[in-house]
Amino acid sequence: MSDIIKIKAEYSNKLKEVSDLKEINQLKSELFGKSGKISIEFKKLGSLNSEERKKISIELNDTKSQLQNLIEKKIKDIEINEINLKLKNERVDVTLPERTFNRGKIHPVSQVIDEISSIFSEIGFSVEEGPDVENEYNNFTALNTPENHPARDMHDTFYLDKNKKFLLRTHTSPVQVRTMLKGKPPFKIIAPGRTYRSDSDQTHAPMFHQVEGLHIDKNINMAHLKGCLNYFIKEFFEVDKINMRFRPSHFPFTEPSAEVDIGYELKDGKIIIGEGGQWLEILGCGMVHPNVLKNVKVNPSKYQGYAFGIGIDRLAMLKYGINDLRAFFETDYRWLSHFGFDPLDVPSSYRGLSR
Amino acid sequence: MKFTIDWLKDHLDTKLNDEKIIDKLTNVGLEVESFQSQPSELDNFIVAKIIRSEKHPNADRLKVCEVDIGRNENVKVVCGAPNAKQNLITIYAPPGAIIPKNQMKLSVSKIRGVTSYGMLCSESELKLSDESEGITELPENKYENKIGKNYFSNNAPKVIDLSITPNRADCLGVRGIARDLVAAGSGKLRKTNSSEIKSFGQQNIKVKIKKEKNQGCSTFGSLLIKDVKNKESPKWLKDKLLSVGQKPISAIVDITNYVMLDLNRPLHAYDADKIDSEIIVRNSKKGESFEALDKKKYVLEDNMCVITDKTGILGLGGIIGGTRSSTEFGTKNILLESAYFYPKSIRKTSKLLSIDTDAKHRFERGIDPNSIEEGLLVAANLIKKICGGIISKKDIQIYEKFKKRKVSFPLTKLQSITGFKVSEKEIVKILENLGFKITKKKNFLDLLVPSWRPDIEQEIDIVEEIARIIGYDKIKMELPEKVRIKPTLNKQQKLFHFLQRSVASKGYLETVTWSFTDSKINDLFKEDKKEIEIVNPISSDLNVLRSSIFSNLIYYLKKNLERDFKDISMFEIGPLFTGNKPGEQEIALAGIKSGLASRLNWLEKDRKLDVFDSKRDVMQTLCEIGLDINKLKIDIKTPSYYHPGKSGAIYQNSIDKVPIAYFGEIHPNIIHKVDIKTDALIIFEIFLDRIKISEGKIKDLKSNFQYSDFQKSERDFAFVLDKSFEVQELIKIISDVDKDLIKSIRVFDVYEGENIDKDKKSVALNVTIQSRNKSLTDEDLNNLNKLIISSVENKTGAKLRS
Repeated sequence: MSDIIKIKAEYSNKLKEVSDLKEINQLKSELFGKSGKISIEFKKLGSLNSEERKKISIELNDTKSQLQNLIEKKIKDIEINEINLKLKNERVDVTLPERTFNRGKIHPVSQVIDEISSIFSEIGFSVEEGPDVENEYNNFTALNTPENHPARDMHDTFYLDKNKKFLLRTHTSPVQVRTMLKGKPPFKIIAPGRTYRSDSDQTHAPMFHQVEGLHIDKNINMAHLKGCLNYFIKEFFEVDKINMRFRPSHFPFTEPSAEVDIGYELKDGKIIIGEGGQWLEILGCGMVHPNVLKNVKVNPSKYQGYAFGIGIDRLAMLKYGINDLRAFFETDYRWLSHFGFDPLDVPSSYRGLSR
Repeated sequence: MKFTIDWLKDHLDTKLNDEKIIDKLTNVGLEVESFQSQPSELDNFIVAKIIRSEKHPNADRLKVCEVDIGRNENVKVVCGAPNAKQNLITIYAPPGAIIPKNQMKLSVSKIRGVTSYGMLCSESELKLSDESEGITELPENKYENKIGKNYFSNNAPKVIDLSITPNRADCLGVRGIARDLVAAGSGKLRKTNSSEIKSFGQQNIKVKIKKEKNQGCSTFGSLLIKDVKNKESPKWLKDKLLSVGQKPISAIVDITNYVMLDLNRPLHAYDADKIDSEIIVRNSKKGESFEALDKKKYVLEDNMCVITDKTGILGLGGIIGGTRSSTEFGTKNILLESAYFYPKSIRKTSKLLSIDTDAKHRFERGIDPNSIEEGLLVAANLIKKICGGIISKKDIQIYEKFKKRKVSFPLTKLQSITGFKVSEKEIVKILENLGFKITKKKNFLDLLVPSWRPDIEQEIDIVEEIARIIGYDKIKMELPEKVRIKPTLNKQQKLFHFLQRSVASKGYLETVTWSFTDSKINDLFKEDKKEIEIVNPISSDLNVLRSSIFSNLIYYLKKNLERDFKDISMFEIGPLFTGNKPGEQEIALAGIKSGLASRLNWLEKDRKLDVFDSKRDVMQTLCEIGLDINKLKIDIKTPSYYHPGKSGAIYQNSIDKVPIAYFGEIHPNIIHKVDIKTDALIIFEIFLDRIKISEGKIKDLKSNFQYSDFQKSERDFAFVLDKSFEVQELIKIISDVDKDLIKSIRVFDVYEGENIDKDKKSVALNVTIQSRNKSLTDEDLNNLNKLIISSVENKTGAKLRS
């Protein structure tokens, strides 16, 4: 048996036995070190004739690579073993709590404003805003509610000066006035925002939120108004069918005016909006009064259209089962956590209005 | 406006049942608030069951009963009846109930040391029978299921309560309501049986409406009724008034009230013998005063419409009469007034004096000017019938004649506004039933508006009349068109939403608080802004508009801390106010965070929140809304409510004068003044309106994507420099050395203390260097190193730490 075969057999066996890196390195240097057994065999090649040298060098190179592969494989095995061994001692209790995180939330009013904006966006409305502090003209007079009009009593107004010239807007309707004064028809806007009335009890807060809607063009009539609101209510409450009733009413800035009721039923003490036999008033609307159009320099013989005003807080209460209006504004940490929305829940048409 | 169905039927001949009438009222725009019986005292008496009956500890003949009255908890009643046994079903009267037999009002009382809540009643006490032996025994089979329910059914007529909108003055009388129902096809209007008055003699008290500017009275009608005998009203009249919740007073007063409610025609009756010679209707002079029927003395301003005699003021026209000339049971001769007062004048006067009366409510909305004579006639006839007397001829003084309004109505208008069509014939019928006089022209109608409809002025009013009578259910539904004129949100509004959700995503709860606040707290955050007072605040602690959102946030933070929350993060985005005129406001986002960054967590040591927690939240937010944070500049000019040494102001660009945000720890004095207990309190605010947003869309703003695959190198430096030297400047100096090669600079250590001069600090930085077009050689890197060191040393006087 040639030396080469002997070496191969001997070391293959030895390699089977070893179990730590040190020993392997020892074997490695015994084989491939400067005076290693394989190295010596290579040196021997020089003394052979060319034919033998060719034959043996093939054999030798084969053996070398085989042994090298064996060694490498053995090293890998040992390393993996070592890692596995180490891992046994590295076990932590992953049921221990994680590092602290805080969940932020979006207030229901903000969420509902975004829902409303998303719905009206689908039918081409854009969002306008106006200041919270208004002058008496924009809040009342321009809206066909001149001084000494009894309708002014319907709004308990906060005034900011003795002459009652400046006030906190009692509704979002002055945004109509501002929008129409600064632009040219057609107008197709909604205007959500804060509104104020000096009224405070279980169902009234001195500040609340409204969204105003206004659509003025050449041929807009009450059928468009009805269609728009029907669409909105269905989308908002995420129902396929809704009972809706228009009742004649009076607002100085619209004529004809209507209040809109929607159907609901009570199930286990919860209000279910849709097709029940009970009526719930949710908004006021009407055709913009020609006097208002004149006041904002829009020709009422050419243009006409509708306006509506909806209480946002009330919509939020109905949709999300909140009973107390005042709680909206009391900043109770527990309430905000409970009724708030995840900031990633951005209402949109493709992902759905709500989760 | 309250009335009963029976009263309505005095005017309306109808076959409709109650329910249909209610529906009809709602459908024509007369909103029914409620339809129920007036509450009765008998509603108090409740079917109850004795659950247990024990002997009274201190009285042999009394029992202490535990009674089920259908509530969550049983009540304890002391009872002397021998038949008060367990399981007996009987009638219970709670404290506050009035016992029909003796009109005694029950109260909670102690009977021999045991508190008794209410009483169990005998039949005689309830006037059911004469049986007074023991309490009422109700048959179990009939009443077992009625425990807690009223024993007496309320038989009082049901009252309709309408919420009348301010435009519908005509429906403040029952006849006006009937007229609307007739127009809507609900029946026929009954004729009023007004037989002519048999009058004798002249009305010999002279009446004069003074000719002067701002005269508040246009017409004053009156007549005298002599030798009346005032008395209690007859039952039918009393019942009528009681049925709508009005208190009967005397026949004469009741009749004037009745005519007002029935025909919407306010009247006033004077004791004619108390009038000094004559009546003059004139403007008041400032300082004049009189005692009104509400027993209050009113001191008047100039130009209020008063009814006077030679002695002085008798009453405020159309608002309230005076005590001096009021009728009494002994009144013999009366002067009956039926007049027209201008709504404007009524409203002005009543506002100034804060008086609200039924008459004022009607006159300010506009009474039918043509109802003066009818009012006199109906009332005088009733007075004569009930109180006797001789009626004089009427006297009508006219200051300004009333003219009916004319409206020309194009027939196409209806469809153009409502979208539905109604035949001319039907339009004419509706309008006629509503009292319009119509002249038909080609394509339009010439209309004479009825005198009782002051609200009808123009075409659109006619559209509404026809539409509401036809019914709004006739309006069709047109599907909305999906045509958008401009983008839903503008840039500013988008920024609002980004800010809001960006901050919320960092663990802050969004809140919404009042726009007003307590001036005492607001003063802490007001800085040099104007205080904006609310003239009529809802309460004294909500008396100013907020100058900062923190005025409210700090208050509510305190409340939540008192609820035992410790680590709180909240924010609000909304307006703050700088003046009391439109536009003097700006939108801010204010965040507040209290407590520890980590509390009672096994992984991390408790750490108090500090200025850099606040800075992280602001910077990340600004980054997320699209600002280049490398361009932001920070200085220490913050408002006084920030900790002076631990707060910063952020500017969008280094040249900007107005900051877009502040961050930092709150000033310890604020914590002290508001009396807050917390480990730490950090705040920040971002001013949305001050952020300059590029007009373009992101698709136009994205630059080309450039990157480098050449070797990156990192070098560390530590400089010793003056303590007061800002690291922001140090970083700028380094990055300015070579903006192309220096990719990023991190500060990984700041050290003060041993081995460093007292007024110095050591700042250690890590600089990442990478070229876009080659691998840097050692020489390149060494040159850059040297340049960095020399630049810093030259520009700051710093020394490289050895």
